[in-house]
Amino acid sequence: MSTGADLTRREFLKTAALSTAGLVVAFYVPLRGRFASAAEAPAAAPAKLAPANAFLRIAPDDTITVLLAHSEMGQGIWTSLPMVIAEELDADWSTIRVEHAPAAPVYANPAFGIQATGGSTTTWSEFDRYRQVGAAARMLLVQAAAQRLGVPASDCRTADGAVIAGGQRLRYGELANAAARLPMPETVALKDPKDWKVIGKPTRRLDTPEKIDGRAVFGMDVRLDGLLTAVVAHSPVFGGKVKSFDDSAARAVPGVRKIAQVPSGVAVVADHFWAALKGREALKVDWDPGPGATLDTGAMLAEFRRLAGTRGRSAAGAGDVPGALGKAQRSVNAEYVVPYLAHAPMEPLNCTVRIGADRCEIWTGTQFQTVDQATAAGITGLKPEQVELHTTFLGGGFGRRANPASDWVSEAVHVAKAAGAPVKTVWTREDDMRGGYYRPMFLHRVAVGLGEDGMPTAWDHTLVGQSVMAGTLFEPSYAATGIDPSSVEGTADSPYLKAVPNHRVQLHDFKSSIPVLWWRSVGHSHTAFAMESMIDELARAAGVDPVAYRRKLLAGQPRHLGVLELAAAKAGWGTPLPASRARGIAVHESFGSYVAQVAEVSVQEGRIRVHRVVCAIDCGIAVNPMTIEAQMQSGIAFGLSAALESQISFKDGRVEQSNFDDYRVLRLPEMPQVEVHIVSSREKPGGVGEPGTPPIAPAVANAVAALTGKRLRELPLKLGA
Amino acid sequence: MKFRVNGQEREVAAPDDMPLLWVLRDLLGLTGTKYGCGVGQCGACLVHVDGEPRRSCMTKATTVAGKSVTTIEGLSADANHAVQRAWAELDVVQCGYCQPGQIMSAAALIGGNPNPTDAEIDATLGRQICRCGTYQRVRAAVHRAAELHREERK
Repeated sequence: MSTGADLTRREFLKTAALSTAGLVVAFYVPLRGRFASAAEAPAAAPAKLAPANAFLRIAPDDTITVLLAHSEMGQGIWTSLPMVIAEELDADWSTIRVEHAPAAPVYANPAFGIQATGGSTTTWSEFDRYRQVGAAARMLLVQAAAQRLGVPASDCRTADGAVIAGGQRLRYGELANAAARLPMPETVALKDPKDWKVIGKPTRRLDTPEKIDGRAVFGMDVRLDGLLTAVVAHSPVFGGKVKSFDDSAARAVPGVRKIAQVPSGVAVVADHFWAALKGREALKVDWDPGPGATLDTGAMLAEFRRLAGTRGRSAAGAGDVPGALGKAQRSVNAEYVVPYLAHAPMEPLNCTVRIGADRCEIWTGTQFQTVDQATAAGITGLKPEQVELHTTFLGGGFGRRANPASDWVSEAVHVAKAAGAPVKTVWTREDDMRGGYYRPMFLHRVAVGLGEDGMPTAWDHTLVGQSVMAGTLFEPSYAATGIDPSSVEGTADSPYLKAVPNHRVQLHDFKSSIPVLWWRSVGHSHTAFAMESMIDELARAAGVDPVAYRRKLLAGQPRHLGVLELAAAKAGWGTPLPASRARGIAVHESFGSYVAQVAEVSVQEGRIRVHRVVCAIDCGIAVNPMTIEAQMQSGIAFGLSAALESQISFKDGRVEQSNFDDYRVLRLPEMPQVEVHIVSSREKPGGVGEPGTPPIAPAVANAVAALTGKRLRELPLKLGA
Repeated sequence: MKFRVNGQEREVAAPDDMPLLWVLRDLLGLTGTKYGCGVGQCGACLVHVDGEPRRSCMTKATTVAGKSVTTIEGLSADANHAVQRAWAELDVVQCGYCQPGQIMSAAALIGGNPNPTDAEIDATLGRQICRCGTYQRVRAAVHRAAELHREERK
């Protein structure tokens, strides 16, 4: 069966001929939704958010350039999206080139309505459209060949980047310009999945060559004639303001060119980074710290606990929770706490800006092009289309480079404006670590009543924490409920709660001057820990094997069950281990993908060691299994840093951590052996960048409980002396 | 100050306290060597000085006067060093930012130890940080690189 897509009904597909560049296909689709997972029907989105996406360019020299509207930050879309196009185009894989697209409305992510990479949306939001782009381009190339050869299009076939008719063969490069002048088809036929040769084939990354010999250009590596470098002195307390500053010593540092106050602090602009840093060290700034000077995470946690005992806003509910709790045979009560976390991508934040009379050029690794562009336009007084944004490779993103406040780009534009010269503004590691936009601290208080069979009859769940969407352009999307869905995702919509007749989820949206942001897997980074730890506690209270207990509660959830059973089987769940080791399991859906993990742990001199993780994922159609395996390893490593080591805390308004010596992250010796098993599926592709992260912390905590009998309910997990 | 970089004699006028990292990046335009932490914690800036692994963020440029520095750009012609070939074969990179340091660290390791054990890999590569978590493939690729390196020397 071949799938026909009625393109006119789905808006329109148009071509534009560029005389030198060959064929350009722009594909427009209606806006579909915001942070919806692939499993959900996307909600209608505000009309002002423009839809559109995706390009490909076939040059006369046969190279096929795929322009990525999304940003490559390690997750592998530089390879997987071109695979999707190449499949339908019958391209010669060796001719594929990839570029980041410029910032323009046509590249808006349909999931968000703005050009943005996040929420593990790239593959699920682009899969159909990238295939259609490839198929439409192929159809035009076939028509061009048919005209040139004087044969019916139906006599032509395509393979390896050429149209073949009888004994004649025309390369795509020879046909590109002619194809670009043809009218677009109204519909395109897509390949039957059984004929796929590229989709599903483990494929090595296309960005490897330049990433192993030093050529890859990250924002930090941008070089321009006359480029200066700036570092900015920031307030040591969030919300603090410059009262005054003395720059006499700073100006005396060789290489320092200019010192200027900008909204975020005081910028030291110099010939190179080292001079700028030395200048900043010599700078004396008198700060008015403001009310943030009293911030203290210990005091905040006490306030979280007080709030958890009061009535919050309802995020989900059914039945009579107090009544059912009163009637329960017994109850299990627990409180889970996760700290603030920095994203700490390996490339500290940086942004290069060159401002001209009618144009502002920006080079940076960003996940949020549209927002950055609009922000720069506002500061420079230019129109957004006069802001030319060049997306470089991102030295990690994890959400930090998708900031609705556009903090580092905004600052860099202010600095370049003040300097009157092209400037690269660089954050030191310490600036990056202390600059905020953290995963918010969250507290979950949970009371569950069990029936005679040990299964939950009532589930009372209260969350306290800061919203990452409050005050941003995303806030209107949840105005109807007042609940930031990303605060409660994974709890309010948990499949376990569907199996509990009486349940309620309440949220306290805590306000603080601490800037917060989505951090790989967003709400799931804490809700999975609370839910999967609690389920394990209930299983133990009921005296039931944790896998068997989950199996009962997930009876109506085939995809959860699929990965649960697969991970358990592959891990040898229930088979003996040495006495020094134990297993723990967790299963969680996020971003349209279902992941179960079994962690095998030991405790050595009070330290938790994770030796092996068996990971099963059902992400629907697996576009590039090699990337999926890498992303599961990656998500697990990222989650293990949080599970075992990382924490941002505040004392007297100041962040207590500063660099990798006190903000500890996972290193190679702590990396477990991860085995990834991918469920074979024809479901729509889900995300893979984030879903590997949520289950690992509870899987480890559950294993520690199995091994030691101690239930650890705070991250990072620490065994007492 | 004069020193050799990737086989070429270079002369730079750098402040006395300027780390080699910034001399390479900002004065010589060799941006393959990365800034990650500035305090010797992450290893993204690792280069070879007279063949020995050194964290260039903690190495004052003046201390390498007269010495020979190799950066990722000079590790091989055409990315054909055993470590680079193993990295490509095992599809190690993700965001790629820490990889020059990882590769330079691995190259120094197998240069002095043709058959490193897991423990030896942990001890050396354990000083590099990768936030993408490429560690598992890094470990496998170091073994594979050692194997390729041994074959080359036969």
